Amino acid sequence: MAPVPDERAGQPARERPATASGPGRVLIAVYAIFAVAATSRAAVQIATRFDEAPIPYVLSAFAAVVYLLATFALARTGRAWWQVALVACSVELAGVLVVGTLSVFDRAAFPDAAVWSNYGMGYLFIPLVLPVIGLLWLRRTRPA
Amino acid sequence: MITGYAIAVSACAAGVAIWAFVLVVLNRAPEKPLLMGIGGVEALLAIQVVVSVVMMVGGGRPGSMITFLAYLFGALLVLPLGTVWALAERTRSSTAVLGIACLTVPVLLLRMVEVWGGASA
Repeated sequence: MAPVPDERAGQPARERPATASGPGRVLIAVYAIFAVAATSRAAVQIATRFDEAPIPYVLSAFAAVVYLLATFALARTGRAWWQVALVACSVELAGVLVVGTLSVFDRAAFPDAAVWSNYGMGYLFIPLVLPVIGLLWLRRTRPA
Repeated sequence: MITGYAIAVSACAAGVAIWAFVLVVLNRAPEKPLLMGIGGVEALLAIQVVVSVVMMVGGGRPGSMITFLAYLFGALLVLPLGTVWALAERTRSSTAVLGIACLTVPVLLLRMVEVWGGASA
Protein backbone atom coordinates (compact mmCIF):
# COMPACT_ATOMS: atom_id res chain seq x y z
CA MET A 1 0.00 0.00 0.00
CA ALA A 2 1.30 3.45 -0.87
CA PRO A 3 2.60 5.71 1.90
CA VAL A 4 0.07 8.29 3.03
CA PRO A 5 0.88 11.97 2.62
CA ASP A 6 1.66 14.11 5.64
CA GLU A 7 -1.48 14.82 7.66
CA ARG A 8 -1.23 18.58 7.32
CA ALA A 9 -0.23 18.61 3.67
CA GLY A 10 -3.75 19.15 2.35
CA GLN A 11 -4.52 22.14 4.55
CA PRO A 12 -4.02 25.81 3.74
CA ALA A 13 -0.80 27.16 5.23
CA ARG A 14 -2.51 29.56 7.67
CA GLU A 15 -5.04 27.09 9.04
CA ARG A 16 -4.27 25.35 12.32
CA PRO A 17 -5.03 21.62 12.59
CA ALA A 18 -7.98 20.60 14.80
CA THR A 19 -7.02 19.10 18.16
CA ALA A 20 -8.64 15.77 17.15
CA SER A 21 -6.81 15.37 13.83
CA GLY A 22 -3.56 13.63 12.99
CA PRO A 23 -1.26 13.16 16.02
CA GLY A 24 -4.09 14.54 18.17
CA ARG A 25 -5.95 11.26 17.68
CA VAL A 26 -3.05 9.39 19.30
CA LEU A 27 -3.00 11.86 22.20
CA ILE A 28 -6.76 11.51 22.71
CA ALA A 29 -6.47 7.70 22.60
CA VAL A 30 -3.91 7.79 25.44
CA TYR A 31 -6.04 10.30 27.37
CA ALA A 32 -9.09 8.05 26.92
CA ILE A 33 -7.19 5.05 28.30
CA PHE A 34 -6.18 7.07 31.37
CA ALA A 35 -9.69 8.45 31.74
CA VAL A 36 -11.21 4.97 31.80
CA ALA A 37 -8.45 3.54 34.00
CA ALA A 38 -8.57 6.39 36.55
CA THR A 39 -12.38 6.48 36.63
CA SER A 40 -12.84 2.76 37.17
CA ARG A 41 -10.01 2.56 39.70
CA ALA A 42 -11.32 5.51 41.71
CA ALA A 43 -14.87 4.09 41.59
CA VAL A 44 -13.72 0.73 42.98
CA GLN A 45 -11.50 2.37 45.63
CA ILE A 46 -14.20 4.72 46.89
CA ALA A 47 -16.95 2.10 46.75
CA THR A 48 -15.06 -0.68 48.53
CA ARG A 49 -12.47 0.78 50.94
CA PHE A 50 -12.72 4.54 51.16
CA ASP A 51 -11.78 4.53 54.89
CA GLU A 52 -8.32 3.06 54.25
CA ALA A 53 -6.91 6.07 52.39
CA PRO A 54 -9.43 8.86 51.82
CA ILE A 55 -6.94 11.48 50.54
CA PRO A 56 -5.45 9.46 47.65
CA TYR A 57 -8.88 8.09 46.72
CA VAL A 58 -10.41 11.56 46.50
CA LEU A 59 -7.40 12.65 44.45
CA SER A 60 -7.87 9.60 42.21
CA ALA A 61 -11.44 10.67 41.58
CA PHE A 62 -10.34 14.26 40.89
CA ALA A 63 -7.68 12.99 38.45
CA ALA A 64 -10.34 10.87 36.76
CA VAL A 65 -12.55 13.92 36.22
CA VAL A 66 -9.63 15.90 34.79
CA TYR A 67 -8.73 13.07 32.38
CA LEU A 68 -12.35 12.71 31.26
CA LEU A 69 -12.61 16.45 30.67
CA ALA A 70 -9.31 16.61 28.75
CA THR A 71 -10.27 13.62 26.58
CA PHE A 72 -13.66 15.08 25.74
CA ALA A 73 -12.40 18.63 25.13
CA LEU A 74 -9.52 17.51 22.89
CA ALA A 75 -11.91 15.40 20.83
CA ARG A 76 -14.20 18.39 20.16
CA THR A 77 -13.59 21.29 17.85
CA GLY A 78 -13.94 25.03 18.42
CA ARG A 79 -12.33 27.75 20.51
CA ALA A 80 -14.33 27.05 23.68
CA TRP A 81 -13.35 23.37 23.77
CA TRP A 82 -9.75 24.32 23.02
CA GLN A 83 -9.82 26.52 26.14
CA VAL A 84 -11.41 23.77 28.23
CA ALA A 85 -8.65 21.42 27.05
CA LEU A 86 -6.03 24.03 28.01
CA VAL A 87 -7.46 24.33 31.53
CA ALA A 88 -7.73 20.54 31.90
CA CYS A 89 -4.14 19.90 30.77
CA SER A 90 -2.82 22.74 32.98
CA VAL A 91 -4.69 21.43 36.05
CA GLU A 92 -3.42 17.96 35.22
CA LEU A 93 0.20 19.12 35.09
CA ALA A 94 -0.17 21.10 38.33
CA GLY A 95 -1.92 18.10 39.93
CA VAL A 96 0.75 15.56 39.06
CA LEU A 97 3.50 17.92 40.25
CA VAL A 98 1.79 18.87 43.55
CA VAL A 99 0.48 15.38 44.37
CA GLY A 100 3.75 13.82 43.24
CA THR A 101 5.75 16.09 45.55
CA LEU A 102 3.36 15.61 48.49
CA SER A 103 3.43 11.83 48.09
CA VAL A 104 7.24 11.80 48.15
CA PHE A 105 7.48 13.92 51.32
CA ASP A 106 4.44 12.58 53.21
CA ARG A 107 4.26 8.87 52.50
CA ALA A 108 1.93 8.24 55.45
CA ALA A 109 -0.90 10.17 53.76
CA PHE A 110 -0.51 8.09 50.57
CA PRO A 111 -0.47 4.45 51.70
CA ASP A 112 -2.11 3.27 48.47
CA ALA A 113 -0.78 4.51 45.17
CA ALA A 114 -3.05 6.90 43.27
CA VAL A 115 -2.49 7.77 39.64
CA TRP A 116 -0.47 10.92 40.45
CA SER A 117 1.48 9.49 43.43
CA ASN A 118 5.26 9.67 42.97
CA TYR A 119 4.75 11.66 39.76
CA GLY A 120 2.88 8.75 38.20
CA MET A 121 5.74 6.28 38.65
CA GLY A 122 3.29 3.37 38.91
CA TYR A 123 2.07 4.30 35.43
CA LEU A 124 5.55 4.57 33.85
CA PHE A 125 5.53 8.37 34.41
CA ILE A 126 3.00 8.70 31.59
CA PRO A 127 0.83 10.96 33.85
CA LEU A 128 3.79 13.37 34.05
CA VAL A 129 4.59 13.35 30.32
CA LEU A 130 1.00 13.39 29.03
CA PRO A 131 0.01 16.96 30.12
CA VAL A 132 3.28 18.34 28.72
CA ILE A 133 2.59 16.76 25.33
CA GLY A 134 -1.02 17.91 25.61
CA LEU A 135 0.01 21.53 26.22
CA LEU A 136 2.52 21.43 23.34
CA TRP A 137 -0.19 20.05 21.06
CA LEU A 138 -2.62 22.78 22.19
CA ARG A 139 0.00 25.40 21.31
CA ARG A 140 0.26 23.89 17.83
CA THR A 141 -3.53 23.90 17.43
CA ARG A 142 -4.26 27.29 19.05
CA PRO A 143 -7.27 28.89 17.33
CA ALA A 144 -6.30 31.96 15.31
CA MET B 1 -7.38 -17.53 34.52
CA ILE B 2 -4.50 -19.53 33.04
CA THR B 3 -1.23 -17.62 33.40
CA GLY B 4 0.44 -19.34 30.43
CA TYR B 5 -2.47 -18.42 28.17
CA ALA B 6 -2.40 -14.80 29.38
CA ILE B 7 1.33 -14.64 28.60
CA ALA B 8 0.72 -16.06 25.11
CA VAL B 9 -2.05 -13.54 24.38
CA SER B 10 0.15 -10.72 25.75
CA ALA B 11 2.97 -11.78 23.44
CA CYS B 12 0.63 -11.78 20.43
CA ALA B 13 -0.72 -8.32 21.35
CA ALA B 14 2.81 -6.97 21.85
CA GLY B 15 3.80 -8.43 18.48
CA VAL B 16 0.89 -6.72 16.71
CA ALA B 17 1.78 -3.47 18.56
CA ILE B 18 5.38 -3.64 17.29
CA TRP B 19 4.06 -4.38 13.81
CA ALA B 20 1.84 -1.28 14.01
CA PHE B 21 4.71 0.94 15.19
CA VAL B 22 6.93 -0.33 12.35
CA LEU B 23 4.16 0.74 9.95
CA VAL B 24 4.06 4.15 11.69
CA VAL B 25 7.78 4.56 11.05
CA LEU B 26 7.16 3.57 7.41
CA ASN B 27 4.42 6.26 7.29
CA ARG B 28 1.60 3.83 6.47
CA ALA B 29 -2.10 4.08 7.14
CA PRO B 30 -3.68 0.95 8.74
CA GLU B 31 -3.74 -1.89 6.23
CA LYS B 32 -5.83 -5.04 6.13
CA PRO B 33 -3.23 -7.56 7.43
CA LEU B 34 -2.69 -5.40 10.54
CA LEU B 35 -6.45 -5.20 11.14
CA MET B 36 -6.65 -8.98 10.77
CA GLY B 37 -3.87 -9.30 13.36
CA ILE B 38 -5.90 -7.15 15.74
CA GLY B 39 -8.95 -9.31 15.01
CA GLY B 40 -6.87 -12.35 15.93
CA VAL B 41 -5.84 -10.85 19.30
CA GLU B 42 -9.48 -9.94 19.94
CA ALA B 43 -10.50 -13.56 19.30
CA LEU B 44 -7.85 -14.73 21.82
CA LEU B 45 -9.27 -12.22 24.34
CA ALA B 46 -12.79 -13.57 23.78
CA ILE B 47 -11.48 -17.08 24.53
CA GLN B 48 -9.88 -15.58 27.67
CA VAL B 49 -13.32 -14.40 28.81
CA VAL B 50 -14.84 -17.86 28.23
CA VAL B 51 -11.98 -19.61 30.07
CA SER B 52 -12.24 -17.19 33.02
CA VAL B 53 -16.01 -17.56 33.30
CA VAL B 54 -15.74 -21.37 33.16
CA MET B 55 -13.07 -21.29 35.91
CA MET B 56 -15.23 -19.02 38.07
CA VAL B 57 -18.23 -21.32 37.60
CA GLY B 58 -15.91 -24.14 38.65
CA GLY B 59 -15.17 -22.36 41.94
CA GLY B 60 -12.18 -20.12 41.09
CA ARG B 61 -12.30 -16.72 42.77
CA PRO B 62 -10.18 -13.63 42.03
CA GLY B 63 -8.97 -11.36 44.88
CA SER B 64 -11.62 -8.82 43.92
CA MET B 65 -14.47 -9.95 41.69
CA ILE B 66 -15.51 -6.46 40.54
CA THR B 67 -11.94 -5.46 39.68
CA PHE B 68 -11.35 -8.70 37.80
CA LEU B 69 -14.57 -8.37 35.78
CA ALA B 70 -13.72 -4.74 34.96
CA TYR B 71 -10.34 -5.78 33.56
CA LEU B 72 -11.82 -8.83 31.79
CA PHE B 73 -14.42 -6.86 29.85
CA GLY B 74 -12.24 -3.75 29.55
CA ALA B 75 -9.67 -5.89 27.73
CA LEU B 76 -12.43 -7.13 25.43
CA LEU B 77 -13.52 -3.58 24.55
CA VAL B 78 -10.20 -1.78 24.09
CA LEU B 79 -9.35 -3.13 20.61
CA PRO B 80 -12.81 -2.58 19.01
CA LEU B 81 -13.07 0.94 20.45
CA GLY B 82 -9.47 1.74 19.50
CA THR B 83 -10.09 0.48 15.96
CA VAL B 84 -13.23 2.60 15.54
CA TRP B 85 -11.35 5.68 16.80
CA ALA B 86 -8.35 4.90 14.58
CA LEU B 87 -10.25 4.29 11.35
CA ALA B 88 -12.28 7.51 11.49
CA GLU B 89 -9.23 9.09 9.88
CA ARG B 90 -6.84 6.95 7.84
CA THR B 91 -3.35 8.31 8.42
CA ARG B 92 -0.17 7.04 10.05
CA SER B 93 -1.65 8.41 13.32
CA SER B 94 -4.48 5.86 12.96
CA THR B 95 -1.84 3.15 12.82
CA ALA B 96 -0.23 4.57 15.99
CA VAL B 97 -3.63 4.51 17.75
CA LEU B 98 -3.96 0.80 16.87
CA GLY B 99 -0.46 0.15 18.25
CA ILE B 100 -1.29 1.89 21.54
CA ALA B 101 -4.59 -0.02 21.84
CA CYS B 102 -2.61 -3.28 21.44
CA LEU B 103 -0.08 -2.18 24.08
CA THR B 104 -2.83 -1.83 26.70
CA VAL B 105 -3.71 -5.54 26.32
CA PRO B 106 -0.57 -6.93 28.05
CA VAL B 107 -1.00 -4.35 30.84
CA LEU B 108 -4.61 -5.37 31.40
CA LEU B 109 -3.72 -9.09 31.30
CA LEU B 110 -0.88 -8.58 33.81
CA ARG B 111 -3.31 -6.87 36.21
CA MET B 112 -5.84 -9.68 35.65
CA VAL B 113 -3.25 -12.32 36.55
CA GLU B 114 -2.38 -10.33 39.70
CA VAL B 115 -6.03 -9.95 40.73
CA TRP B 116 -6.77 -13.61 39.96
CA GLY B 117 -3.79 -14.55 42.12
CA GLY B 118 -5.33 -12.75 45.11
CA ALA B 119 -4.48 -9.06 44.74
CA SER B 120 -7.49 -6.98 45.77
CA ALA B 121 -6.92 -3.96 43.53
